[in-house]
Amino acid sequence: MIAAGIDIGSRSIELVLLDGDRILDVRRQDTTFDPLRQCQRLLEGVSWDTLAATGYGRKLFSERWGGDTLTEIRAHAAGARFLHPEARTVLDIGGQDTKAVAMNEAGRVVKFEMNDRCAAGTGKFLEFMATGLQIPLAEFGTYALSGARGVEISSMCTVFAETEATSLMARGVPGPDIARALHMSIVTRSASMLRRVGVVPPVVFTGGVARNPCVVALMGQILDCPLVVPENPDHVGALGAALHALS
Amino acid sequence: MSQDYRSMWAELGLDLAAHDQLLAVLGQAYADIYQAQADRPEAMSYFDFVMSEVHGLRIRELLDARKAGRKVVGAWCVFVPEEIVLAADGICVGLCAGADVAMDEVEKLLPRNTCALIKSSLGFKLGKLCPYLESVDMVVGENTCDGKKKMYETFAELTENLHVMDVPQMKSADGRRLMLNEYRRFLTAVEELTGVEITAERLRQGIRTANAKRRAMHRLYSLRAADPAPISGLDALLINQISFYDDPERFTASVDAVCDELKARNEAGRGAVPAGAKRILVSGCPMAVPNWKLPWIVEGAGAVIVGEESCVGERGLRNLVAEDGGTVDQLLEALVDRYFQVDCAIFTPNPDRLAHIRQMAADYRADGVIHYGLNFCQPYQMEAIPVAAALEQDGLPTLRVDTDYSQEDVEQLKTRVEAFLEIL
Repeated sequence: MIAAGIDIGSRSIELVLLDGDRILDVRRQDTTFDPLRQCQRLLEGVSWDTLAATGYGRKLFSERWGGDTLTEIRAHAAGARFLHPEARTVLDIGGQDTKAVAMNEAGRVVKFEMNDRCAAGTGKFLEFMATGLQIPLAEFGTYALSGARGVEISSMCTVFAETEATSLMARGVPGPDIARALHMSIVTRSASMLRRVGVVPPVVFTGGVARNPCVVALMGQILDCPLVVPENPDHVGALGAALHALS
Repeated sequence: MSQDYRSMWAELGLDLAAHDQLLAVLGQAYADIYQAQADRPEAMSYFDFVMSEVHGLRIRELLDARKAGRKVVGAWCVFVPEEIVLAADGICVGLCAGADVAMDEVEKLLPRNTCALIKSSLGFKLGKLCPYLESVDMVVGENTCDGKKKMYETFAELTENLHVMDVPQMKSADGRRLMLNEYRRFLTAVEELTGVEITAERLRQGIRTANAKRRAMHRLYSLRAADPAPISGLDALLINQISFYDDPERFTASVDAVCDELKARNEAGRGAVPAGAKRILVSGCPMAVPNWKLPWIVEGAGAVIVGEESCVGERGLRNLVAEDGGTVDQLLEALVDRYFQVDCAIFTPNPDRLAHIRQMAADYRADGVIHYGLNFCQPYQMEAIPVAAALEQDGLPTLRVDTDYSQEDVEQLKTRVEAFLEIL
């Protein structure tokens, strides 16, 4: 039986096709302003027996294509657990949300934290700051890793943090140091969210921001435990949805 | 509205254009949130009618009563004893506080980081949008939280008929004495306003009327213990909200009619939601009309709210006043006996509230508790932390939600609430 899982996020839409416990295909599209059209594109030429949707667009999707819906919290937990059966904690940093999820030994979600409305400290924040420092987003993490510690950005707010970054630039602070400080501010915020649910290793880091090597490195330092990053961290939600569809 | 009330609103000095907009938004929200619900009790049609006429016919009634010589007293808080107003043949009404209005004007007078309810209370005055506020002979402010206390200082500049009542912060002998003295002072103020001498007989009658309303609500609360729940939390919240506005005797009869229908539903095992729907107890800050955001999200996700530990809910309406006092003093003592038990988070310490949440969760067979806090409401947001920890300790999953009247966090809230329901 082929299960399709789709994760319609603020920034991108991911599709995972699962045949039993074998991942057949993973696909991705930008969300844009017309997510349904993007879903349509993603599903072109794809067939499935059962499907489920997660992410912000889950309701919209299920109205059009049917299938069950589940929250990203449950989806990321299920996906992380499938890839790393011993996982107890999940950190998901996506385009506009950060979520910390605690699971019990059986893999059941027991506690979670999530930002309430503001996208401070999420993928959007990094995207904004990369633009400000004129570094391509894909290279921003590596760029920041070369920075020295010692600079601090205290604001989590994208607008205020940009003001802080600008005044640091005006004082002649090197770009990579500022970039490192910006990454640190995300890491501090996410770590405190993780501590509120309790950090039980192994911690699986999912979502697009898990592709950023600087966030991964700093997070490991601050939590004093290495993070497990799946090969396709941004597909974990869609994978969880596919698993849900199978069950 | 079934009639044209524009001239009435104009005479009250409302900002007609802004008021039209407010009513349009309210009407749309009501249609989307309330009328879209499936399988509502038929007797809810009365409350639909009251809502549709909330700024119309009810205001007309108040104005007619004033023409006939009665006085109208407006209040925002459940510490204001309605019994005393009723005893003087007055009418007590709740004042608007449930929507963001005239925020530009409000933020000239209050800090931005003030809770939505307080900002709204002042906003309805500044924006000239609450016909209740413009139809009352006396406005009663009460010194509950710091935000309200200081807001009343600003409010006093805008009106001549504000009576500020002090409220104790500790359940001590001195606290009790303070409440008694303040109720006595309020009684005198109401006598002066109405020209009616409040006798023991009058006060007892006022108590009986208010008690009858509470008894009807207690019956409603207990009927919601059934599984499947016979009424949605949204509809129950609406009835709680209307308890502040409506004529008490008519309201009591209308609640009884709903209860009769719910009783029949329970006997037939018929619910407003399917059996097995997750049962949620909501606890925390009051939800004034048209603040339906959280229940709409919770019930939209397939759960049902089975109780409100809230001022607009059981905290505000539980417990009766003893009716057997022979003198005004004895009856005032009886009033204080009841009101002193209101476990508002302004009290310190406030262990009774946690006990009540536990009791409600058990009585109404809740699967989980959602603690509802308005941003910048220090008393409830601070209590939320130990309350949630204690409930979790009991094995009762608890979600803390801090929000306001805006709609911008709806999607995030939906995700959080749905994820919470998935855990249960």
